[in-house]
Amino acid sequence: MGRNAMFGFVVIARLTPRALLVALLLVLLTAGRASAQFDFVGSFAPIGTEDVQNDSVPVDYLGLALTEEARTRALSYDESQKSMIERQCAGWGAAYLVLGPFGLRVSSQTDPVTNRVVSYTIGAWEDWNEMVIWMDDRPRPSEHALRTQAGFTLGRWEGGALVARTTHFKAGFIRKTGVPLTDNAVIDWRFYRHGDVVTVLMIATDPVYLVEPEIVSKSFRMSPRPLDYRAGCVTGYEGHEPGDTVPHFAPDKNPFADEFVKLYHLPREAVLGYPETLYPEYRKKIKDTYVPPPPCTESCGAAGNFVLRR
Amino acid sequence: MKTALFLLALAVPAAVLAQQQGAAQPPRPARDRAPIDLTGYWVSYVTENWRYRMVTPAKGEYRRIPASRAALPIINAWDPAADERAGEQCKSYGAGNIMSVPTRLHITWQDADTLKIETDAGTQTRLFRFAARPATSSPGARSWQGDSAATWEPAAGGGSLRVVTSNLRPGYLRKNGVPYSEQATVTEHFDVAPLAGDGQLLLVTTVVEDPIYLTGPYVVSPHFKKERDGSKWDATPCSASW
Repeated sequence: MGRNAMFGFVVIARLTPRALLVALLLVLLTAGRASAQFDFVGSFAPIGTEDVQNDSVPVDYLGLALTEEARTRALSYDESQKSMIERQCAGWGAAYLVLGPFGLRVSSQTDPVTNRVVSYTIGAWEDWNEMVIWMDDRPRPSEHALRTQAGFTLGRWEGGALVARTTHFKAGFIRKTGVPLTDNAVIDWRFYRHGDVVTVLMIATDPVYLVEPEIVSKSFRMSPRPLDYRAGCVTGYEGHEPGDTVPHFAPDKNPFADEFVKLYHLPREAVLGYPETLYPEYRKKIKDTYVPPPPCTESCGAAGNFVLRR
Repeated sequence: MKTALFLLALAVPAAVLAQQQGAAQPPRPARDRAPIDLTGYWVSYVTENWRYRMVTPAKGEYRRIPASRAALPIINAWDPAADERAGEQCKSYGAGNIMSVPTRLHITWQDADTLKIETDAGTQTRLFRFAARPATSSPGARSWQGDSAATWEPAAGGGSLRVVTSNLRPGYLRKNGVPYSEQATVTEHFDVAPLAGDGQLLLVTTVVEDPIYLTGPYVVSPHFKKERDGSKWDATPCSASW
């Protein structure tokens, strides 16, 4: 053992047990924080090479495991509900963080005394409310507390990821195509950062509308410049008067139910969100009946992010 | 001053001891250093890119892939029958796409420094080597799964596996012939997350870079649910059309 090590042990030996404990805790806490966290503050632009929006045709429930009740409600949804003046600015719920097309603008708020992060805020977009991730281990609100579009989110660092859980949101939608989500749902988040790429993993569970969790991961790349802020929603006349009937379809008469099926020769049960369609066995089941669509002739490339409706 | 002495007193002996130990002992094998356990059976849970993964997309469609001009003639000339005849039916099962293919994974340690991933779809085997290749050795023949260099990225309470793969045979990013070249590099991060009921999820964030056929990185993040055993394992050969 060298002289430096000996010097260290001599100093330790002269400390009182209490001082030693305090010093040890300080070192452990500092070391733990340095290796467990990444810099989450900044702007991160969506990379957009994955198809997670699924909102280009009115009936697209691909990749979901829905209950019968969810499917029925979704098929009764008419997207022109959003043109009703009282619904135009309702925005979308927390899940739209990964389902929407926007980036992340993340800021942090610190305690002025301890300098510890109290919360991270992911900035609002025009039709999505900001998400505040509380990092101070505060208690969750009462189950009777006011529910909001954004809900209440608590976070912590774990295994190099920012882990968070959102509860207390309003009943709303898990997709813009009208797939519902109850206010008893829970959304678990994991934010990973690898180099300049942040990947957000969403795991949504709903005892009423989802047979299995909806799991979506979406990646963002750090932007050297702050992302633009999109102005908030402004209402305007879009063809519906206050008091008009809420647009809807009888679930078995939705005129768009087969649009996606015909457009890409997709199996109907997949478009309608049947759970078995999410596993490899399903590919084997449809292998002999699937007929590929004709060759693509329009908007075939990277920029054609949306489904082409004919 | 006293506080500084406290910290110095704690830090110096630890550092010295670590240095002495490091000099005396060989590095611990990767299996013993694993911050997360990836071994076991996993199944694809296809909730994203369904239309591009579960069925064969239309010929000529490459939405969301930043394909270069050089890639377009190949995309438009895709002929699965010709690939089959040429013995190239595994082109969409190479490292650039294999984790997006709906499949089951069987992850085991081949040896203390090599993690093995087998797929039942296409019957592929990937070897993630943690031990550095000797500087003097030349890479072997190009293959569908290439050469993968793996490193753990530990963090308090967990961590991640980083894998960089190169020396690839040219392959497809999608079943319908969107190409990547032999110059492509695949960088992956393997992360795990808990699911309800003692379940586990494996997330594979994948970045494909290719100076020939891509104008920018192609990033996807397929995920897998852990299964209790291999009872649903169903090995199938590669198919150029399905």
